[in-house]
Amino acid sequence: MDASTSVETHQDPHAHAAEHEHHELGFWRKYIFSTDHKVIGIQYGITGLLFLLLGFSLMMLMRWQLAYPGQALPVIGKWLPHIFGAGTMPDGKMTPDFYNSLGAMHGTIMIFLGVVPLAFAAFGNFVVPLQIGAPDMTFPKVNMASYWALFVGGSIMLTSFFVPGGAAKSGWTSYVPLAAFSDAGPGHNPVFNGQTLWLIGFIFLITSSLLGAVNFITTIIQLRAKGLTWMRLPFFVWSQFVTAFLLLLAFPPLEAAIIMQLMDRVAHTSFFLPAGLVVNGAPVSISGGGSPLLWQHLFWFLGHPEVYVLILPAFGIVAEILANNSRKPLWGYKSLVFSVLVIGFLSFIVWAHHMWMTGMGTAVSAFFQTTTLLISIPSVIILSAFFISLWGGSIRFTVPMLFATAFLPMFGIGGLTGIPLAFNSADLYLHDTYYVIAHFHYIVAPGTIFGLFAGVYYWFPKATGRKMNDFWGKVHFWPTLICMNVIFLPMFLQGMAGMHRRWYDGGQGWNVSNEHTIWGLTGFQWNAPISWAAWIMGLAQIPFIINFFWSIKHGEKVNDNPWEATTLEWTAPSPPPHGNFVHTPVAYRGPYEYSLPGRERDYTMQNEPVEPAERTRRKPPAELVPA
Amino acid sequence: MNNPPDVTQDPKEYEEYAHGVQKHVRGYLMVGALLLTFTAVTVALSYVDFGTRKANIGIAMLVATLKAGAVAAVFMHLAAEKRLIYRILIFTGFFVLGLFWLILLAWYDYPIFR
Amino acid sequence: MEIPYTISTRPDTGLWNAKIGIWLFLASEVMLFGALFSAYIFLRIDAAPGTWPHGLLNVPVGTGNTAILIVSSVTVVLAWAALKMRRYRVYWWYMLATISCGVIFLTVKLAYEWPQKFEHFGAYIKPDALGKYEKYLGNERRAEKGMEPRIEITGHLHSQNAKEYEVALDPVNADPDNPVMDRPHFLPLPVTDKIATIEKEDVERATMFLPTHSAYFASYFTITGLHGLHVLGGVLVFIYMWLPVSKRLYQRNPEHLANRVEVSGLFWHFVDLIWIFVFPLFYLL
Repeated sequence: MDASTSVETHQDPHAHAAEHEHHELGFWRKYIFSTDHKVIGIQYGITGLLFLLLGFSLMMLMRWQLAYPGQALPVIGKWLPHIFGAGTMPDGKMTPDFYNSLGAMHGTIMIFLGVVPLAFAAFGNFVVPLQIGAPDMTFPKVNMASYWALFVGGSIMLTSFFVPGGAAKSGWTSYVPLAAFSDAGPGHNPVFNGQTLWLIGFIFLITSSLLGAVNFITTIIQLRAKGLTWMRLPFFVWSQFVTAFLLLLAFPPLEAAIIMQLMDRVAHTSFFLPAGLVVNGAPVSISGGGSPLLWQHLFWFLGHPEVYVLILPAFGIVAEILANNSRKPLWGYKSLVFSVLVIGFLSFIVWAHHMWMTGMGTAVSAFFQTTTLLISIPSVIILSAFFISLWGGSIRFTVPMLFATAFLPMFGIGGLTGIPLAFNSADLYLHDTYYVIAHFHYIVAPGTIFGLFAGVYYWFPKATGRKMNDFWGKVHFWPTLICMNVIFLPMFLQGMAGMHRRWYDGGQGWNVSNEHTIWGLTGFQWNAPISWAAWIMGLAQIPFIINFFWSIKHGEKVNDNPWEATTLEWTAPSPPPHGNFVHTPVAYRGPYEYSLPGRERDYTMQNEPVEPAERTRRKPPAELVPA
Repeated sequence: MNNPPDVTQDPKEYEEYAHGVQKHVRGYLMVGALLLTFTAVTVALSYVDFGTRKANIGIAMLVATLKAGAVAAVFMHLAAEKRLIYRILIFTGFFVLGLFWLILLAWYDYPIFR
Repeated sequence: MEIPYTISTRPDTGLWNAKIGIWLFLASEVMLFGALFSAYIFLRIDAAPGTWPHGLLNVPVGTGNTAILIVSSVTVVLAWAALKMRRYRVYWWYMLATISCGVIFLTVKLAYEWPQKFEHFGAYIKPDALGKYEKYLGNERRAEKGMEPRIEITGHLHSQNAKEYEVALDPVNADPDNPVMDRPHFLPLPVTDKIATIEKEDVERATMFLPTHSAYFASYFTITGLHGLHVLGGVLVFIYMWLPVSKRLYQRNPEHLANRVEVSGLFWHFVDLIWIFVFPLFYLL
């Protein structure tokens, strides 16, 4: 390639003219019903962050009941009944039903309304088209529909708190037959009751995810910039690509199951109800012939891929930030890509490890144990590659990097503690204890959510043209890291002591939680420090919230590429205009060309043409290879 | 059967092109007739006793699969489609069969029920 | 700002955007209906003897509806071919035919087939009372021949009071020992004028043929209902493409409209394809 083939020559002369022809959109079309992927991404992001805060607040309420069962919640306890209804917190004391509602909705909101919209939809929408050099998503209107489907679904979920009887209370898994009969009977509207609204809301959430997934996959396949081959894609794009496939193929079976449960509740069918079912001592008049296990199969057919939907985008974000802040290429890019593909594939055939307690036979157990353990191999490859990427780098501990590095050990703890659960025999003891809670929260809370925070701090300058404040970022980071561990580490101990995850009284009335002390406290007594850590962590989010909104207007102004990163999104102006790029970008090299020898700068962007001199020394000289 | 070629911008070639599409139209009509015949066959076969109900179900599903195959191959142009589409469908087919097979396997493997 | 490859194909994939989009969407539909069919299979293999009914649906009507869907699949592909040949008039007529087929299908389903079922009555007899109704069930002969027992009496609900149902019997229950009744009929036999009195205390459950009636009707109404929604969606999209709005698109860029028709046609064929399995599974087997 000769020197004249620079980026400039690929500029489309019409691109700029078209920009000016474009008439100004009104407020509603520009910010509310926008089809621009960046606006939609920000809408998703703010919605997701709000729901994360809400889901966390529900949990902070539950933590009061767990630490101080039966005691009136001071101050807030007085006005909560005015919001959620008199039957939920009479005199500030939580009723069992309300506790169950909070638990079920915490799970639902955190996963489907918090993390998925933020990790997949928000970052995917905002970053992916920019990283692949596309002007927008392939189907902008579908994109808008996808957000508004989520909005409707989320609104329905929220509304369900205020209907008679309160929100769904059968756990976020909604196992039948419990879920088929909860919130039914006298005092409940046949449609406007917690569980039915949960199902209806879910149909909208699934629709949203399906539309999003179709859009993402098509965009990544079709709209990659010239020269951006598959093996030049940033790892984040790969992780979003696999995530989109997981959503696309795993969600529909749950949608089918949701439709069937909806029929069971509204049309009184028996898809999941066996014959001869007795509820509250009375036989129910149903045709029977259904199977509760079918629900579990269909639910976990989504449920397990969903775990990877939560974690893969975080992998992608962390990969970007690690490479950028260690100033060296991501180690083992190809093995990372193949690992993420293998994870995606295997995640579809491991689901029954959530169902060991159903008493399945040895053949099926053996199959699912094997696949479950197999999936730990690519996960470990990814984590190892991340650690090795740090080795010998000149690390910059920026705020995103703090979160990204904290992600690694946190995810490691979460992943390794999952291995005992993969074995049928060990799981029979640990199933439904706090051990399970600690295990998967280590993956999604200090794991995924740290990845998401890292992403927010990292791409904030691209979205606004300003940086978030460093000092307050650190004030946000350190207490959050410490509290996360104070919250979840003791839960391993509680779980191994045998404490069940769904006890309304925090285990106060059960021998296993009072007989033995672990590090000086009984299982039940551990609840109080855990709860205090949770509330302190709640306070630690205030710097983030203030920093986020304050920085939009008053943050430090930065150039288009403040992190000195290499990927294509940093070639666009900050914030990118409608249509994204001033010049249609062309990619000439891989995504992580940091510290190329013989260069002035320690980063080489993807759209910088390969110079003839470079071709002869593509391999780093020996002194740059770590010993 | 190949798909009709993409439309040409050259008016001279257009006649030939339109003729090519016309040929496909005949194919579509034939497949339509075939599908209608097969529908009649399915109905007729369901009144024939093949011994067990399982045999009847198997035969009816075989005919249905043939019909579905014809729809997919000709109407949906899967007989000659781009590789990407095949890849997507192979994955989907694999997972949907996995869903069927693994749930069935689990079903028959529960020692307490069977 | 233009999104690339909405009409022309991307060189390395050889496809335009919406074609990939629709196939991905259809892949998710395969999973959706796959899960529903797997539910059907499990309900069926788990059904207790005598609880999975046969021959309750109207086969000629179902066959007709199948034919209508197949014809509509042909017309939509012809409509697309007409657009490819730039014959808008022909396209317009084929599209109208497709829309009509969809509307007829839905009308038959919603205005005839479903309501007919809602009016039909069935009473499951308690196991210990089966002998009392032997003249309607004919189980002695069935047991001799090794057939599943009949445990339900069906027909039109004539009247009921606090103690009994009076049912105008279906031919199966009116003449249970006739071997002709052992197999379903192609032409449905009308309800007889023979009235049976069934005591309520002998009845385990009695309902109309609603989704709640049995696992069979639950899956029938759910799957055909969801399929019907897909037909409705397809019809609405086709109406949009048939209206003058699309004529303007055709004049601007005929290939764009052709692509849209191809994509919605793919969806329509898929709906047809699902029905090809639904029809034998529920009507015939």
